[in-house]
Amino acid sequence: MELDQNQQKTAAMQVSDEAVITIADMNKWYGQFHVLKEINLKVHRGERIVICGPSGSGKSTLIRCINRLEEHQQGSINVDGIELNNDLKNIDAIRREVGMVFQHFNLFPHLTVLENCTLAPIWVKKMPKKEAEEVAMKYLERVRIPEQAHKFPGQLSGGQQQRVAIARSLCMSPKIMLFDEPTSALDPEMIKEVLDVMIELAHEGMTMICVTHEMGFAKTVANRVIFMDEGQIIEENEPEQFFNNPQSERTQLFLSQILAH
Amino acid sequence: MAMDNTTSYSGLVNQGNLPDKPAPINTEGLGPWVRDNLFNGAFNSVLTISSFLLVLYTLPSALNWLIFNAVWSGGSDACRVNPDGACWTFVGSRWEQFLYGFYEKSERWRINILLAILAVGIIWLAWEKAPAKKLMAFFMLVIFPVFSFFMMYGSETLGLPIVETPQWGGFTLTLVIALSGIVASLPLGIVLALGRRSNMRVISLLSTIFIEFWRGIPLVAVLFMATIMFPLFLPAGVTFDQLLRAVIGVALFASAYMAEVVRGGLQAIPKGQYEGAMALGLPFWKMMRLIILPQALKIVIPGIVNTFIGLFKDTTLVLIIALFDLLGIVQASIADPNWSIKSVPYTGYAFVAIVFWICCYSMARYSRYIEDKLHTGHKR
Repeated sequence: MELDQNQQKTAAMQVSDEAVITIADMNKWYGQFHVLKEINLKVHRGERIVICGPSGSGKSTLIRCINRLEEHQQGSINVDGIELNNDLKNIDAIRREVGMVFQHFNLFPHLTVLENCTLAPIWVKKMPKKEAEEVAMKYLERVRIPEQAHKFPGQLSGGQQQRVAIARSLCMSPKIMLFDEPTSALDPEMIKEVLDVMIELAHEGMTMICVTHEMGFAKTVANRVIFMDEGQIIEENEPEQFFNNPQSERTQLFLSQILAH
Repeated sequence: MAMDNTTSYSGLVNQGNLPDKPAPINTEGLGPWVRDNLFNGAFNSVLTISSFLLVLYTLPSALNWLIFNAVWSGGSDACRVNPDGACWTFVGSRWEQFLYGFYEKSERWRINILLAILAVGIIWLAWEKAPAKKLMAFFMLVIFPVFSFFMMYGSETLGLPIVETPQWGGFTLTLVIALSGIVASLPLGIVLALGRRSNMRVISLLSTIFIEFWRGIPLVAVLFMATIMFPLFLPAGVTFDQLLRAVIGVALFASAYMAEVVRGGLQAIPKGQYEGAMALGLPFWKMMRLIILPQALKIVIPGIVNTFIGLFKDTTLVLIIALFDLLGIVQASIADPNWSIKSVPYTGYAFVAIVFWICCYSMARYSRYIEDKLHTGHKR
């Protein structure tokens, strides 16, 4: 995470060949319902992937499998060399490396913004409180709300809360960030402030997987756009190709629907 | 619709802001309050007037009996002369027994010390700006109970004469049973509630059986079982203090209720809170302790305090197994032939009622205060 200025510039927006997440032949069922079918996906370090698709297509479920908020039943998921299985140690290790931002923020309402940010560093990473607070303030400044540090989440607007949620994740210095429809619950005038923070993060070289309907964001920062429908990956391409020259009919239909207005 | 060239729709533009005006109806002050709360509509007006008449009819005679006509000084003779007022001298002459029971007179200083520490501890913990609260809470919840046991029961090594539990009684005994029940039932209830919601089938089943067993039998039956049946299960020669059995019975009984209260709170926590905590890498117990339980318990403070109050009052049931708590000892004192006066039983029961009411109402007020304090602006 901590790169010096020069490295940061060269590292920015560059994708290495090294795969940081490898998902192979992964399947998942809810009871008898087959939600994820034969998922194969390699994410490289520094890569920014946008996953889109109609609701119920399994895109959220897919990224929630990566940090074991959902359990897959078949196939394998490997995150930064750690195999995701039923071993709690591995699950904890993966969760320490993977940050997640949710549609409904999931901030802890009984803790202040600062406490939300310092909780995991203190209790999971055993960081001294003072150091954790310094780190938290650094990231709160990065998401441009240091002045709200001592307020409770309930006193902030949706956009501010989502930025706190991003800062909270960053405080754990994750190698990978997962975004699960981070702007879907926000009022239109607040979407931009959250996207700006995400774009900045992308420019700094963070590996990101975003489930989102913000096609503008996908065009600006994504290396790859993945389209899912009915639990399968239907199409996968560079944004330019994906938007201008979609191959599958389902992709064309989806794009025509969301880009129509 | 075709538009005329000369007239075009210009829209609405509001220049400047409208000034604030006072509300048309006065909603503050005594007059409007009376109108809105006591006389808004015919039915409520009738209710107000009849309630007022009822109070007017009962309150003066109650006050007369309790205060103005009551006997405040003198001995039993003064009460015999005046049977139409409360006999407070009865309470005055017996208060030591009401407080300490049959506890050795020469050893009562031990109880006094404990009561003083308890009072200081409660005030310390209730006082918002008190320093070293965590340390004090640890002392009151862990060290104080052990210390209290040795102080009350005595210990040869400490040079304190043993005072057997049958000699314990009065309000002290009420506090011993109620506080042990309160201190034990909350953690036990939390564990049971988590157990019942556990994904592990066996743990969930065992917790459910435990909870439903204790909720399904009356406390009186629990106390009888603890007193009469439990010794039958023990090998010969092994004795188990009767008071301890009663305290355990009360604590387990209360913890079953507490478990269901806590479970209600746990169910009110959205799934997102668990996911947020898990995604940050918090292990299960840390997630519970730092994220889920603080929120769940806050929601159910009214229910928890409700259970505490119920438990506090239920301690009076121990009189059926011949333990003399406050009510038991007052009842025993009433039977004293020297005080066989018409007003004495009423006075005794009124006294017990007042003491219990003060204790329970204090708990209720404190719970309200805590609720307000923990309010962090996320509920509007």
